[in-house]
Amino acid sequence: MTADLALIWPELILTIGGLVTLMLGTYAGDRQVGLYQLAAMVTLAAAAAAVLALFGTDATVFSGTLSVDSFGGFAKLLIYAASFICVVIAPRFFKDAMRAEYPVLILFAALGMGIMASSRDLMTLYVGLELNSLASYVLASFMRSDERSSEAGLKYFVLGALASGILLYGISLLYGFTGSTDFATIAAALGGELSIGIIFGIVFVIAGLAFKISAVPFHMWTPDVYEGAPTPVTAFFATAPKVAAMALMTRVVIGAVGPAVGAWQQIVIFLALASIILGAVGAIGQKNIKRLLAYSSINNVGYMLIGLAAGTQQGVEGVLTYLLVYMVTTIGSFLIVLQLRDDRGNQIESIPALAGYSQRRPGLAAAMAVFLFSLAGIPPLFGFWPKYLVFEAAVNANLVPLAVVGIVASVIGAFYYIAIIKTMYFDEKSDTEFPRGTGTVVEDAVITASALWLSVIGYLFIGVLAALSATAAAVLF
Amino acid sequence: MSGVPILSLMLAIPTVAAIACLFAGDRNARLIALAATLVDFALGVMLWANFDIGGAQWQFVESAPLFGRFNYALGIDGMALMLIMLSVFLMPLCILASWESITKRVGLYMAMFLIMEVVMIGVFMAQDLLLFYVFFEAGLIPMYFIIGIWGGANRIYAAFKFFLYTLLGSVLMLIAMIAMIREAGTTDIPTLLNYNFPPEMQTWLWLGFFASLAVKMPMWPVHTWLPDAHVQAPTAGSMILAGVLLKLGSYGFIRFMMPMFPEASGEFMWLVFALSMVAVVYTSLVALVQSDMKKLIAYSSVAHMAIVTAGLYALNQQGIEGALIIMLSHGVVSAALFFCVGVIYDRLHTREIDRYGGLAVNMPAYALFFMLFTMASIGLPGTSGFVGEFLSLAGIYEASSTVAFVCTTGIILGAAYMLYLYRRIVFGELTKDGVKAMPDLNPREWAILAPLAAVALWMGVYPESFLAPMRGDVTTVVARLAPAKPAGDAHLAAGKPKPAAAGHGEAPGDAHHAGGVQ
Repeated sequence: MTADLALIWPELILTIGGLVTLMLGTYAGDRQVGLYQLAAMVTLAAAAAAVLALFGTDATVFSGTLSVDSFGGFAKLLIYAASFICVVIAPRFFKDAMRAEYPVLILFAALGMGIMASSRDLMTLYVGLELNSLASYVLASFMRSDERSSEAGLKYFVLGALASGILLYGISLLYGFTGSTDFATIAAALGGELSIGIIFGIVFVIAGLAFKISAVPFHMWTPDVYEGAPTPVTAFFATAPKVAAMALMTRVVIGAVGPAVGAWQQIVIFLALASIILGAVGAIGQKNIKRLLAYSSINNVGYMLIGLAAGTQQGVEGVLTYLLVYMVTTIGSFLIVLQLRDDRGNQIESIPALAGYSQRRPGLAAAMAVFLFSLAGIPPLFGFWPKYLVFEAAVNANLVPLAVVGIVASVIGAFYYIAIIKTMYFDEKSDTEFPRGTGTVVEDAVITASALWLSVIGYLFIGVLAALSATAAAVLF
Repeated sequence: MSGVPILSLMLAIPTVAAIACLFAGDRNARLIALAATLVDFALGVMLWANFDIGGAQWQFVESAPLFGRFNYALGIDGMALMLIMLSVFLMPLCILASWESITKRVGLYMAMFLIMEVVMIGVFMAQDLLLFYVFFEAGLIPMYFIIGIWGGANRIYAAFKFFLYTLLGSVLMLIAMIAMIREAGTTDIPTLLNYNFPPEMQTWLWLGFFASLAVKMPMWPVHTWLPDAHVQAPTAGSMILAGVLLKLGSYGFIRFMMPMFPEASGEFMWLVFALSMVAVVYTSLVALVQSDMKKLIAYSSVAHMAIVTAGLYALNQQGIEGALIIMLSHGVVSAALFFCVGVIYDRLHTREIDRYGGLAVNMPAYALFFMLFTMASIGLPGTSGFVGEFLSLAGIYEASSTVAFVCTTGIILGAAYMLYLYRRIVFGELTKDGVKAMPDLNPREWAILAPLAAVALWMGVYPESFLAPMRGDVTTVVARLAPAKPAGDAHLAAGKPKPAAAGHGEAPGDAHHAGGVQ
């Protein structure tokens, strides 16, 4: 027991940090937001340090319900980093509406996501997922007085509850037909002929998780929630929970139901292609930048699922690399969205208002162009590399038709990305002024660093990334 | 030249200059861009001077395992050398051509052109399959900006069409590359060039590459992006598009498809021939009825590139050498023609042919240059066009006389549309007021046209300078293709010779020598 505790330092730190921040918030009131922010940042940094210290351990704790391994470690580092940035950027956006709950909720969400990423049992899976979800529902409706924000929170909650129900139903079927909630035992029980109950269980579990990664056809909530939620929260939703849910999905698909390839592979292939195509087509008509980024995330999840569909170690490596690059790109683009303010300080979200942005804010427009071309996967930008990896994994797993359809659909995706670049660069200036001085030094530094990394510099890191993701992915095989 | 990484230097200089241009004022950006492109040209000349003709196949080789999975591997052979020379020769002229006509966002414009240069010469230098793909695709981004920001009225449609069309083609090539890397286990191009892929796999790989390169080339029927892109692009954009970017497609043909998939190349020879024949005749006829000067030259580019594809797929020495010379010649001549259009467009701001007429009277120097390039485009002996067309048609004739017949028709049609264009613009009465007020060439325009004219004549009079570095590489490709090459129809059937006279010991059958052009 004590030995187990020593292996879950990241979770302990987050729990204690979250509770302390919560207590501080209760006693010191909402005026000390700087303090809570700092507390949350320190907690997340400490948790990340603990993950690093544990990196390379491969153990299971608490009767095999949680695993401490490099796969979970990789995912947790991404999750904590994304949460960290979402804490940093919040006060400037919320101004007076910033309350103590924000950092606390982020911390609990991060804790839940960490558990998701390292669960190896259906029960811990569900606990982690719900801990993250409940915090997320509140975060989505954080701007209490804003209609759109409340609507987003409610919508997220109702649909999320439905998805949880589906997931639970699947879990109960899997448990009923295999006699265990442990991933490894389930996998062992799937060796022979699959009963109809098991197939239903697999379908329902994957469907419930697909809701979390917003894969088509379980994506309906994404555009509305992304649009309605406050921008820092949207940035959070687009990054950390995606990483956690994708890691969890990978663990379930490879670890728990892995032997039943015929059952899960078709579903994942369908989810992948549907997400790629619908994410691309749905984005075309969008006039709101946050909705557009929502469709872009649906589209990108589709590509990650191609790597997962391959079901090989190479595929999982591709998924992990994809997650990292996608996270950097998404954080960068949301930081720019945060800086879209007119001369009265109002947040601008409409894409037509961005006309001529490159002439008002050339640096930010250039960074945005880098992010968009990178999301579209056009070389020499680094977004090309993870796409290459997942396609390579698919081809090597003899899923050539999947790779061909996926890559051809990427051209549809490119259309809407270059359409925003067209608005920023080719169109005449709109009436909206974009005055300077909208970002802090930290924000500008993060944008610059991520834009530079995603331009050619990222290629120099391929070796390191490959080694890291190989270490992490090897755990599952 | 050992020790100096001259190829990396050629990539680094425009990169650094591009970054500098972004932060410089208008005037400085122009100067920086011109200086950088001239330095690159000087380095290119050094490269050519130090290239050992008949030496190792790959020279100036550099390799560093920078990217984990693939290498930063550069190196050139004769074909790459010539195409790099073409690129670095055209770039300073493009910068000069935009000197006065581009007035808004000059820094960004110059930066985009410099990035374009890096990407283009990078494609020709790359010795790693993935590095090649990265350079090959990267060209989309600067060209998208060049057409979209500084283009004509319908520039946005043209920019989108260019980007999406070429991207759609390229992605299929990427899948083929992944399959190749899986099969051969390496991304090293020189190794892949000698790897024997299983014939049934070659068919698919060939089709994947063909989907991409045919769009880039462009071949009929996927050529429709080209007229739009050319018409809307600024003058220098058209120059570089016609001059170098179209050569990326044919370079891919000869670098990848022919030596790597020889069986498939033999198998699909007739597909390429058929598309080329349609393109030559059809696009020439389309060019004949254009009322827009740039569109006319754009369609003529498609027709010329069709002769290139037919020449390459003749799969013999003359055909390929001829195709390479057409590539170089078309690079120089079409860039010059687009600049000639740009010269009068800058004065009258229209590309309508009917708005001009009688320029020979008030712009004699212009008329002279324009005539030279018109003749070079037609393929008059003494100009670069003749050498390329003659050689490639000779090669095509050896493979198939039908194809040679159809392609030659295209050349006659080419003469028709070019001379018709020239007559309408330069000859006739000088009646229109706007045209009367147009001054002749200024020194800057002289400085652009004179080198282009000199090279067109040089290539026409002494093509050996350009053929010599490439000959060895062409021989290598032909040797690689030899086992899979279908028999041509130029071999005359041995007739029924009269019985040999007594004491005449020759075997019958020598007659077929007469048929070959060789």
